[in-house]
Amino acid sequence: MARVVVDVMLKSEILDPQGEAVLGALPRLGVTDVASVRIGKRVEIEFGENAQNVEEQSRVIADQLLANPVIESFTVAVERGSNEGA
Amino acid sequence: MSARVGIVTFPGSLDDRDAARAVYLAGGEPVALWHDDAQIHGVDAVFLPGGFSYGDALRCGAIARFSQVMDTVKAAAAQGMPVLGVCNGFQVLCESHLLPGALVRNAHLRYRNRPARLRVETTRTAWTNAFAPEAEIVLPAKHGEGRYVADEATLDALEQSGRVVFRYLDNPNGSMRDIAGVANEAGNVVGLMPHPEHAVEALTGPSTDGLGVVASVLAHLSEGARR
Repeated sequence: MARVVVDVMLKSEILDPQGEAVLGALPRLGVTDVASVRIGKRVEIEFGENAQNVEEQSRVIADQLLANPVIESFTVAVERGSNEGA
Repeated sequence: MSARVGIVTFPGSLDDRDAARAVYLAGGEPVALWHDDAQIHGVDAVFLPGGFSYGDALRCGAIARFSQVMDTVKAAAAQGMPVLGVCNGFQVLCESHLLPGALVRNAHLRYRNRPARLRVETTRTAWTNAFAPEAEIVLPAKHGEGRYVADEATLDALEQSGRVVFRYLDNPNGSMRDIAGVANEAGNVVGLMPHPEHAVEALTGPSTDGLGVVASVLAHLSEGARR
């Protein structure tokens, strides 16, 4: 079974107020040397046994639905040991 | 015969009934449309109301974009049919690529629920032609994800082509260039975060300025019918 991980991140030029809020909380943990925190989404996709073109299909899913290209970028990784292309 | 304005109900829409009432009060005929029905039943214009379509899962408006009714709305918009998206409806229009840009979490991360003062920046759209140029109006705003963002080139193009339709006078969410609403190139598709449909009666709204939005599309449609 093919397993694909899609990471979706806000583009660097888009303000990430959630990341800023986490950054602001870090000194309360005693951590003071962090310069930046950015928060994104990790999406795990499991394809069926006989799925073909897993990476290509994942790119379509990521581009059309999981990420909004206006504000977000994404990476697609087919996990090691999965049967991509088989 | 009064113009028929279709109001789409998605699972999670909240403001569809207020939108219908606004259309009725302005003299139009509201027509209920359903997200899972590709038919838009001969309406003359479409109103995408606020709420939390499909629970705003993934991103606001991201799932609604793939609903049956949106395929038809997109095709009709390309033919010039007036389409208005308010709040979640604006998010749906951006996700559907009918309008440029995107709406993201408010810069201060708080849900903001209060009247917003706006300036009508252009009257050359199907939804703003009844306003006086540069009219200042008050509409309720209530959203957690209303910060308008786009890249600088897109923002410049919007400004230069007069497609910034509404601008906040007191930016409530960190929107770039204080943008509260934008239009497509043809001016038939408009989206804004604040709610015209909640400002149609003195008893319940901070103003009755919202009537101007519906009055605009009715005027636009009757002008089209005369031509």
